[in-house]
Amino acid sequence: MSALWPQLERVLSEVQKPARYIGCEDGMTIPDHHPDAVAWLLLYPDTYEVGLPNQGLQILYEILNERPDAVAERSYAPWTDMAEVLRREGLPLFSVDTHRAAGDFDVLAFNLSAELVFTNVLECVDLAGIPVRTADRTDDDPLVMVGGHCAYNPEPLADFVDAAVLGDGEEVVGEITEVLAAWKAAGGGRRSDLHRLLATVTGVYVPSLYEATFASGRLTKVAPAPESVEAVEVVEKRTVADLAEWPYPKQQLVPVTEVVHDRLNVEVFRGCTRGCRFCQAGMITRPVRERPADQVRTMVAEGLRRTGYDEVALTSLSTADFSGIEQVVAETIADDACGQVSVSLPSLRVDAFTVGIAAEIQKARRTGLTFAPEAGTWRMRQVINKLIREEDLYAAVEAAYSQGWRRVKLYFLTGLPTETDEDTLGILRMARRCVEVGRQHLHNPSVTVSVGGFVPKPFTPFQWFGQNTEIELRRKVGLLRDELKRDTKGYRGVQLKWHDPKATAIEGLLSRGDRRLGPVIEDVWRSGGVFQEWGEHFNLELWMAALERQGLTLEEMVYRHRVEDEAFAWDHLSAGLHRDFLWQDWRDALESVGLEDCRWTPCYDCGACTGYGIEHVVASAVPPAGGSQGTGQDLATGGEVPVLLTAGPARRKTMPVVRV
Amino acid sequence: MRVRIRFHKKGKIRFTSHRDVARIWERAFRRASIGVAYSQGFSPRQKLSFGLALSTGYESEAEFLEVDLVDDRFCDEGIWMDGGGSHVGTTLAETLSDVLPVGIDVVAVAPVEKGDSLQQAVVACTWAIEVDNIGLSDAEGWVADVLSRSKIVVERERKGKPVVEDLRPQVHALGVTGATATGVRLLADLGTQPRALRPSELLVAVDPPLAARTVCRMHQWMSQGVDREEPLMAPVSPAPPAWVSA
Repeated sequence: MSALWPQLERVLSEVQKPARYIGCEDGMTIPDHHPDAVAWLLLYPDTYEVGLPNQGLQILYEILNERPDAVAERSYAPWTDMAEVLRREGLPLFSVDTHRAAGDFDVLAFNLSAELVFTNVLECVDLAGIPVRTADRTDDDPLVMVGGHCAYNPEPLADFVDAAVLGDGEEVVGEITEVLAAWKAAGGGRRSDLHRLLATVTGVYVPSLYEATFASGRLTKVAPAPESVEAVEVVEKRTVADLAEWPYPKQQLVPVTEVVHDRLNVEVFRGCTRGCRFCQAGMITRPVRERPADQVRTMVAEGLRRTGYDEVALTSLSTADFSGIEQVVAETIADDACGQVSVSLPSLRVDAFTVGIAAEIQKARRTGLTFAPEAGTWRMRQVINKLIREEDLYAAVEAAYSQGWRRVKLYFLTGLPTETDEDTLGILRMARRCVEVGRQHLHNPSVTVSVGGFVPKPFTPFQWFGQNTEIELRRKVGLLRDELKRDTKGYRGVQLKWHDPKATAIEGLLSRGDRRLGPVIEDVWRSGGVFQEWGEHFNLELWMAALERQGLTLEEMVYRHRVEDEAFAWDHLSAGLHRDFLWQDWRDALESVGLEDCRWTPCYDCGACTGYGIEHVVASAVPPAGGSQGTGQDLATGGEVPVLLTAGPARRKTMPVVRV
Repeated sequence: MRVRIRFHKKGKIRFTSHRDVARIWERAFRRASIGVAYSQGFSPRQKLSFGLALSTGYESEAEFLEVDLVDDRFCDEGIWMDGGGSHVGTTLAETLSDVLPVGIDVVAVAPVEKGDSLQQAVVACTWAIEVDNIGLSDAEGWVADVLSRSKIVVERERKGKPVVEDLRPQVHALGVTGATATGVRLLADLGTQPRALRPSELLVAVDPPLAARTVCRMHQWMSQGVDREEPLMAPVSPAPPAWVSA
């Protein structure tokens, strides 16, 4: 046990959920720190319960600990009560593995999955006893790095991070380790020299080597500073060509206390080419790389045996699209060695085929199923290129209710490009129809509608779109609420939930922001604005005051439409996607033109494959059975409701008649 | 076959909750591939029952668990009866300890008849309590004060309503057993029926309030008096108490 545990154990009885801070997971490594090994502290800037299951962090943890020249431990953002105790006692942030002080590591590497955690990054760095601004760090301070989806636009954090890493981390962490190990072996030196060395690693962006220029209150360019000869004009993302070579995590961590997604997780493929235009994950993780089915089966069987979990999730951006998904699921359930196992598919495609698979795996506990049509009218779904036909949704819902599920949850976005009030209200029209479908089978079906405000993201076709204002989003939510009140009887069974439009505004600010947000983030953090992704802690006033002090406005930074050749804060970074491909897709969106999945159709040359000399790894050359969402379907009729509602079972005197 | 298990909860793992420990056990039986009976119904659960909850942060040498096994290796009553019991018990204990986290260790295993729940059967617990920043004589004075009182009345909130309660009948025994580097060690027998008195409650009920640095449950008792018994004895019997009895 390291030096900090005796001091920590004395204060743990003062804080909520002390098990957050003890580690003790099965699968944990007690690393052998030695002077030649590069010591990584992998951090998730949210609570332990949210961060522990993160697969990206666990994959890097194992890969680094397998290397002779590296050790890795983990840390998570201490909840506010713990942060207070640490400051009071003069204790630093620590790893959960051996309770080693964060400042004793060579690298603090943060996984950024959401924008609102940015202030927590500063909080963790500060608790580690490290200056929050890169410029204030000494040669002896650890490096602060970020990776993960939100690192694709790290400019708002440019003042605080030594480096940002783009794309898949499996290979690049090794290359960074080699640079740092050589640096340590040579006795170290000036921090600025280390920055130059790091910039030579493909996929690593070192903000201090670049300058942002502004004119008339707008960004004009981010480019290498004149003296930064090592800095490339455009930093390219990293992509692992074949998932089969990376069967990680091999020893998924099993926590001793309850966390979110507390189950075995096996990633079945990475990347998605459905081409939903709002979806950053689908754009930046291309191409599709499937894990071989045999490897999936092995990872599931061995993982269940080792962990003792009775649930496994097959994860990806759209698991029903995995080649041979039916067979993998059937074999997992049939495998006696796995015992009584339930399988979950976290992202269901919207069609009856998918529900069929769900029925296969969920023999018991058929409580709720979730679908994400995202928009309420066919026109709107053409704009966002999520080509779910009404008939596919109702067939899915019909299948769900007829096979015993009692609740259906539907996810929608509002504030999408070209959205009219008719489109917004279409959400409730669909939900109401789903309840009617349910009444064929159940006395009291329930449909929960969850509405989130749309945030345009970098490297998507919607990066040019001016986000809806907080007021406009609130008006749209109000429209939905009023409609429910107008006809409470008609909408019986429909429940509405919505995401706070205030938080959406700040997500938008950070999503496409530039370096001018550095002082804003620091200001909010210094004013106590941590855990901003938690409703109980989010504070819009702190952000508005900080923006005002910097002379910035949401109108300019978030709500404004951008023009074709406008400079973006991420123009010097690349996710492989050609800017002209994204622009064309944006024009197509405005004309409601859909685009098919390129997995099974000719290449559009978006750049993600051709630019890096890689391609899709897909076991099946044809679209999956029952493949909805535009693939091989007649899309002329997407908005029409088919005649599918036949007379249901008896009991009800008057059957609801659904007119076509 | 119902089997009773006695285990320790010590070190870092003591900061897990009662519920966390239950989940750790469920996974342990699955990881060890030990057959356990499941409940019927829509969400079948392993048939495990735990005794009195242990406060998060307290250690214990006397936690108990009952499980209905359906595993051929352990379910033949013959093996338990004819002297093979220690062997079977050792196998079961070792198999489980291998898959339990550091700090949770099985110390005894035995088959039991189905009967009262452990929670109902236990009437008192023995606690070892380390208190910092107090000398031996002050601690002895504090203990004498507690034992001399006929009532220790406290007011606490229960379901949002204030209730007045006398803790004194629940203090079956209390004594100072020695000095530590930073304070003293107390030993207390505290009643559990109808409601278990927690060491931390007792420590603050009498002035000056004391703060425990560590608390460890040493025993759970199913009866009172000299021949009192635990649900399952640890293999090495504890020394008889050499401390002040109330």
